[in-house]
Amino acid sequence: MINRRLANAVFAGLILTTSALASLPAMAQVVYNRGQEADPETLDPQKISTSAEFHIMRDLYEGLIIHNGQGKVVPGVAESWTSSDDGKVYTFKLRANAKWSNGDAVKAGDFVFAWRRAAAPETGAKYTNVLYPVKGLEAVHKGTAGAKPEDIGIRAIDDRTLEVTLNNPTPYFIELLTLPVAGPLHPASVTQHGSNFVKPENKVSNGAFRLREFTPGAQASLVKNPSFHDAANVKIDQVNFIPLADSAAAARRFQAGEILSTVNIPANQIKSLRQQLGAQVSVTPQLGTWYLTFNNDKPPFNDARVRRALSMVLDREFIAEQVWNGSMLPGYSFVPPGTNNYGPQIELGFKAQSVIDREEVAKKLLAEAGFGAGKPLKVEYRFNMSPENQATFVAIADQWKSIGVETTPISTDGRTHFAFLRDRGAYDVARAGWIADYNDPQNFLFLLESSAIPGLNYARWSNAQYDDLMKRAAAEVDITKRAGILGQAETILLNEAPYTPVLFFTNRNLISPKLEGFTPNPRASNPTRYMSIKG
Amino acid sequence: MLIYILRRLTSALPTLFVVVTLSFFLIRLAPGGPFDLEQPLEAKVMENLNRIYKLDRPLIEQYWLYLSHLATGDFGPSFYARDFTVAELLARGLPVSITIGGLALLLALAIGIVLGSIAAFRQNQPADYSVMVFATFGITIPTFVVAPVLQIVFGLMLAWLPVGGWNNGHVRNLILPVITLALPQVAVVARMIRASMIEALRSNHIRTLRSQGHLRASRCRALFRRRRIEPGLHAGDGHRGDGGGVRAGLQPDRRHSLRAARSTRQV
Repeated sequence: MINRRLANAVFAGLILTTSALASLPAMAQVVYNRGQEADPETLDPQKISTSAEFHIMRDLYEGLIIHNGQGKVVPGVAESWTSSDDGKVYTFKLRANAKWSNGDAVKAGDFVFAWRRAAAPETGAKYTNVLYPVKGLEAVHKGTAGAKPEDIGIRAIDDRTLEVTLNNPTPYFIELLTLPVAGPLHPASVTQHGSNFVKPENKVSNGAFRLREFTPGAQASLVKNPSFHDAANVKIDQVNFIPLADSAAAARRFQAGEILSTVNIPANQIKSLRQQLGAQVSVTPQLGTWYLTFNNDKPPFNDARVRRALSMVLDREFIAEQVWNGSMLPGYSFVPPGTNNYGPQIELGFKAQSVIDREEVAKKLLAEAGFGAGKPLKVEYRFNMSPENQATFVAIADQWKSIGVETTPISTDGRTHFAFLRDRGAYDVARAGWIADYNDPQNFLFLLESSAIPGLNYARWSNAQYDDLMKRAAAEVDITKRAGILGQAETILLNEAPYTPVLFFTNRNLISPKLEGFTPNPRASNPTRYMSIKG
Repeated sequence: MLIYILRRLTSALPTLFVVVTLSFFLIRLAPGGPFDLEQPLEAKVMENLNRIYKLDRPLIEQYWLYLSHLATGDFGPSFYARDFTVAELLARGLPVSITIGGLALLLALAIGIVLGSIAAFRQNQPADYSVMVFATFGITIPTFVVAPVLQIVFGLMLAWLPVGGWNNGHVRNLILPVITLALPQVAVVARMIRASMIEALRSNHIRTLRSQGHLRASRCRALFRRRRIEPGLHAGDGHRGDGGGVRAGLQPDRRHSLRAARSTRQV
C-alpha cells in the first residue's frame, strides 16, 4: 500500500520534471559558449598572467598592435607607425575611430596612463618586465631611487600621436605591444573605482566586446561592444568563457554541443576522440618548450658530461607519441620551430642517431664522469603533479635505467614546484616549461642568462660566452646578424645542456564545425571578433 | 530537538577553531606563496604585494588579524579570484550549493525512507536484498565515477539533459547534479531506516500487541510510520543484531540519550 502510494508520487515527480525539460529558453542572439581551462584570476589587464586570461583580454581590449585570428601581428589602435633610424624611437598614429565602450575616444594619453600604472611597483603587475626595453621603465618598476614615472619613455605628442623611446633597438618590440600589459586603460574609470574598475558595472574597455558579468566557477560573459570601430564586422553577440579544468568533462560538454570549442583535450582520449570527431580534434604546434633542468649548484649535475648523457638517452618520440598520445611534439631544440627573427632551427646533434647508439655514447660519458656498474648515478626527479607528468617520469626513469641510472620521483603541486626551483631549492633534475610571451628567440634564450631575473635561471647555470653573445645580440640592429648570434648562443646551450628540451607544447582544441574562424596558430590567438557561428 | 541541534553546533566550535589554526600555520610551512608564478616577480613588486595583503607582518600578528576578521565575518580578499572578496564569492556560490545540496538531501530522504521501509518489511527477501545491493553500490561508488557515467548516458547517449552548466538554476541543469549527490545519501538513509525498523518490529510492545491479535500486519505498518521513522532518521541506533552496520557518526553518549528519549515515547 505504502509502496504504491509512493510509486505514484515518484511518477508524478517524473512527469513534472519531464515537462520542465521541454521548455527551453529561446535564443535570439548569437551566443558563443567557449571552453576555457580555468577561471581568470583577475580581469585587470595589467595583473593577468594565465592563458585563460589572455583569451578574455583579446576580446575585451585592443592594444596598439594586435594578433589577428591567424596569430599574425596586425595594427590595432595604431593605424600606422614609424621608427627612427637607430631603431630606438617609435611614433604611432592612433586611429581616429578608436572608442571606449562608454563612447569616449581612445587617446594617446590612455596608453601613457596605463604604462605608468603597469610600471608602478604598488600595482603588482605580473608582466611588466616584458616592457623593460622601454626607456626608464625598469628603474621605476624596481623602485630605484630617483626614478620617476614621468621619465618613462612614453609620451603623448597629441591625442592621436604616441611616441615610445627604447633603451636598445628591439626587433620584437612591435609584437610586445600585443600583450595586455601594453594596452590602454580608461583613466577616468580606473581613477574613480580603483581596483574595482574590473567589476562589470564599472568596466570600460575598448575591444570588440565588453564585460557583462563574471561569476568565478561559472563563466565570464562578454557582449558585443557597439562602440568598437569594427563592430559592423563582429558577428557574435555574446561570448561566454566557461572554465572547465577537467578536460574530460570539457570534452563531454563539447560532444553534447554545449560548448563550441575547448582549449584542452585529455591526452588519454585523443585517439578515441579522433575516431568519433575526426577533424574537430585539432593538435597544432605552439611556441613553447617542455624541458628538463639540471641543478648546476649540485655535483655531479654541474658536469656537462652527466647532463649530456641524461639528455641523450631520452627517447623523445616515444614520450611524445606513447606517453602524451601525440598531444605533444618531440623537442630537439630549445627555441621551438616557427619562431620569428631566427635562422635555421638549431637542434641537438644526436637527433639523427638511433637511441641504441646514443645509449653507448651516454654510458661512456657517464663512465668518464666516474659512474658505472659499481657506482650508479642516482637522480632525484622533481615534477609538478599531473597524470601526464607522472607518466613522463615513469618513461624517463625507464630510459635512464638503460644506462644504469637510478631515478626516484618527488612530486608536488605546481606552486610549490616552481617556488622550489626559483628559491634555489636543492634539486637534481626537474621538469619545467616555457611558452613564449613574444615570438622571438630571445624570449627563450634569456632564461639562462646569468643576469636573468633572479630565480628565472632554474639551472643556476652561468656561462660567460653565452652571456656575452646575448649581450651582443641585444645591441645588434641587423636582424640577420642578430639571428646568427642568438643561434650561436643556442648551440652552446644545447651542448652544455643546463636545460634539455624534451617536448614542444601544442594547442589542443576541439572545434565545432558550426564555429567558423577559429584557426589554431602558434600564438594561440583566437579573438572572438573574427569568428562566426553557422545556423 | 532545537537544543540538540544547538548543542551539536556549539560543540563544533572548538573543532573549527583547531582546524582554522592548524590550516593557517600549516599553509605557511609549505614552500611557495600566493604570488608565485613560473616567472618570478620583481623584488619591489613582491614587497608591495606582501604589504597590501599584510603578509609582511609577523606571523602571529597575521594570525590575530585573520582570527579577528573571521570573528566579524570578514573572510578577506580571495587569493583565487583576485577581483573578489571571499564574502562576495560565498554570496554567489552558497545559494547554488544550498539549492543543490538541499534538493539532494530531500531526494535522498524521500527515496531512502521508502527503500529502507520496503527492505525492513521484506527482510531477507529478494526486495530486501535488492535494496541492500543498491545501497552498497550507492555508498561504495564515488560521485566522481557516477557523475561522468550519468553525463555520458543522459547527456550524450540519450541527450535528455545537459552535460553541465548552471543556466541560472534551470530544472534541467539541476537533475543530474542532485541525483549524483543524493545517491550515496539514499543508500545511507535506506540502511538506517531498515535497521531501526527491523529493531522496532521486534520490540516487546509490538510483539505483545501482535500476539494478542490487536495488530495485523497492515496496522502494524501504520503504527510504524508514525512512531519509528523520526528517531530512526537521526539516531540510526539499530546496530544490534541485524547487520545494518549504521554506527557511523553517532557517539555512544548521544546514542544513549537518544534511546532514553525514545523510551519515553513508547506505548
